[in-house]
Amino acid sequence: MKISRHHTQGLAKGVIWVAAFSTLAVMFWILYQVLREGLPLLHPDFFIQAPRQMGRAGGIFSTIIGTIALTVVAIVIATPLGVGTAIFLQEYTRESGVSRVIRFGTDCLAGVPSIIFGLFGFVFFVIFLRMGWSILSGGLTLATMILPTIICTAEEAIKSVPYTYREVSFALGGTRWQTIRKMVLPNAFPGILTGVLLGVGRSVGETAAVILTAGSSFITPDSLFSPIRTMAVHFYILAREGISMEMAYATGAALILLILAINTVANWMMYRYAHKA
Amino acid sequence: MKRGKRSRWIYGVGILLLAVLLPGCQRQHGGLSVVGSTSVEPFAGALAEEYMNQHSREKIFVQGGGSSAGIQAVRTGAAEVGMSSRNLMDSEKDLIAVPIIYDAIAVIVHRDNPLNDLTLNQIRKIFSAEITRWSELGGKNHPLTLVTREEGSGTREAFQKLIMGKKEISLGALVQDSNGAIRQVVADDRNAIGYISLGLVNDRVKALKIGGIEPNIENIQHHRYKIVRPFLFVFKSNPQGLAKDFLDYILSPAGQKLLVQEGLISMNPIPEPKKEARR
Amino acid sequence: MSKEKILEKSFLLIALSSISILALIAFFIFQQGIPLIWKVGLNSFLLGDRWFPSKESFGIFPMIVGSFWVTLGSLIVGVPLGVACAVFLCELIPPTIAMILRPMIQLLGAIPSVIYGFWGLIVLVPLIRNSLGGPGLSILAGSLVLGIMILPTIISISEDSLRALPRTYKEGALSLGATHWQTIWRVLLPAARSGIVASIILGMGRAIGETMAMIMILGNATQLPNSILSSARTLTTNIGIEMGYASGDHRQALFATGVVLFFIIMGLNSLALIISRKGRA
Repeated sequence: MKISRHHTQGLAKGVIWVAAFSTLAVMFWILYQVLREGLPLLHPDFFIQAPRQMGRAGGIFSTIIGTIALTVVAIVIATPLGVGTAIFLQEYTRESGVSRVIRFGTDCLAGVPSIIFGLFGFVFFVIFLRMGWSILSGGLTLATMILPTIICTAEEAIKSVPYTYREVSFALGGTRWQTIRKMVLPNAFPGILTGVLLGVGRSVGETAAVILTAGSSFITPDSLFSPIRTMAVHFYILAREGISMEMAYATGAALILLILAINTVANWMMYRYAHKA
Repeated sequence: MKRGKRSRWIYGVGILLLAVLLPGCQRQHGGLSVVGSTSVEPFAGALAEEYMNQHSREKIFVQGGGSSAGIQAVRTGAAEVGMSSRNLMDSEKDLIAVPIIYDAIAVIVHRDNPLNDLTLNQIRKIFSAEITRWSELGGKNHPLTLVTREEGSGTREAFQKLIMGKKEISLGALVQDSNGAIRQVVADDRNAIGYISLGLVNDRVKALKIGGIEPNIENIQHHRYKIVRPFLFVFKSNPQGLAKDFLDYILSPAGQKLLVQEGLISMNPIPEPKKEARR
Repeated sequence: MSKEKILEKSFLLIALSSISILALIAFFIFQQGIPLIWKVGLNSFLLGDRWFPSKESFGIFPMIVGSFWVTLGSLIVGVPLGVACAVFLCELIPPTIAMILRPMIQLLGAIPSVIYGFWGLIVLVPLIRNSLGGPGLSILAGSLVLGIMILPTIISISEDSLRALPRTYKEGALSLGATHWQTIWRVLLPAARSGIVASIILGMGRAIGETMAMIMILGNATQLPNSILSSARTLTTNIGIEMGYASGDHRQALFATGVVLFFIIMGLNSLALIISRKGRA
């Protein structure tokens, strides 16, 4: 008996519905579980106090500082380098064998697992340059991790600015730098921002490389050379050691909220700039 | 964010980078880095917290990583103090080790495990996978789940030396990188058996008697329970400044009292045959 | 004129610095790792099945097998479900609902992997242990969690590929009398193939590189795994667990593992390049 194609369609669509629905349900359920257990535990004290008793009590203040400090150092170093490189590749050189090799290399390093960067950062920054486990070591390592991403997205953003914009500027007598500064960069800004925010997201969530380079001490830092624990690392340690499930859930919920905030800001900025032009 | 300042910003960052990346730059944080054994870590953390409560301007940064990692960190200068839960090896004897307290290793099983007692020989056979099922020990016909520490762990090293002897720990054993993680696994898995620092045993796991001897303070102080190892603070050279002050605090009656309260064993009453300490 | 020249030179400097930083990392890893591979021998490094650093045994075959099975498992979970979700979002639900779901899926992709690892540890591992046996800390648990982690990547990119197809494809097929499903299955999906494959390779890259969540739920036994319920190590978790204390040959062996990973990723990248070029033709 030949099954009519309408029956096939019904069956296929049914399967897809069930598969997709249950997949999405499971994924959101994971988030929901952490939030459900953790959100009730989030009160202002939690964010203001530092961890005590190895994390069994107190809050996550120092880890918030650590997360911010590490991210800021990474972004401050990687963004100018990355955007500058993208500007150079797109505006100052022609498409050639050399630039293709450079791009391929960058793409490759974008895919290299974070643990390798952690390896490098540990041996190079922590030990060889004698920086020890510190915000600086961690931030520099994170910067090298997000550099390929920023170069890539900045290049895409700059490339997508129509050439006519540049032509207009040149026709009016603008120099190359003036063109870049006033026509290309402002229009490429949303794309570049996306790359930067991707970098921020990665810095916040990175654990392996951070433990290896910024250490895992949870005392509030007093300088760039102090070791620091980020929220992701704190969560990891609490979860593995079974020190306190409540603290783990609470930290996890805080982490999710932070990511949610970053994503929302990113989407809002994209929306605003897309509608400004 | 205006593009005009960008080039100035780039130059500024460039100079900052240069200043920071110059080799041999000084370590400028005013605190003490204490790194190493995950067995010692919670206790060092408690001591540090207490010390910082009394001396609010000092900072002591404690982190884990394992005994070998700590000893290495001291050697390379990445940390001022290393924590170790095993004695120094011959190749490490150029460093200075100070025992701060003693601790036993407990072999643990799930809290509902009917077993209470194992002989040393049985433990050896279990961890080398010569015994593979609980039925061989009088229990149900379930496979044993072995849990061990990673190779750089002082606890593993001590376990190897004091219990396993020449036998290797099975390659099929699960590996966890801290005492707390082993405790978690054993607490959740009825078929699991592992070993952790006695000071970290809680009511979620059961510590087994070895050869009929219960791992408790009395048996340890009377040398009946022999699976004991020192917690060491390791230094590159004679401790000075904050390191010395912190060490003095730990060795003082107040510091020792804190440690004993947490379940560790004071070294004073034990007349011990081998002297590992070097001052 | 000279200000322009200065600026051009500065950008050149910046670009060179970026490239040299990245080159430095690659060079460093190779410089540390290759001598060890030379010393131990490529065959016994890649195919040796004993990893016992304290006894100078550096065979990473168990880790290669571990990485392979965990990644394969994650693809088995992630690809069908991911593509199904992409089709679901693009074709089967009203666009307004899809517009709400899309940023939520993006959010799921940005969640740190340790959170997924935690969920795996709390929910999946006991489930596997109680219903299927074994310690629960297993390749199966790892594959499931990794599969869930790469789903947002596969869904987003596949869906983008489907949406980017010209409307004429769909309209043409439907006007020729094809059912909706026939259109999806025989016209749209094949046309979006290169984008879907790209998403799979990206997901694969993420799966191979995952470390922390895998340390939490794979059990990390160094033995060659013999079933999906066995504990295992991947190339990345091996580095993650031992890096802190490794020195001398041991540390170089970990860098050598990094070299192997580097080549695997490079291979995947090249594959992606070839496929996307084919797709464009």
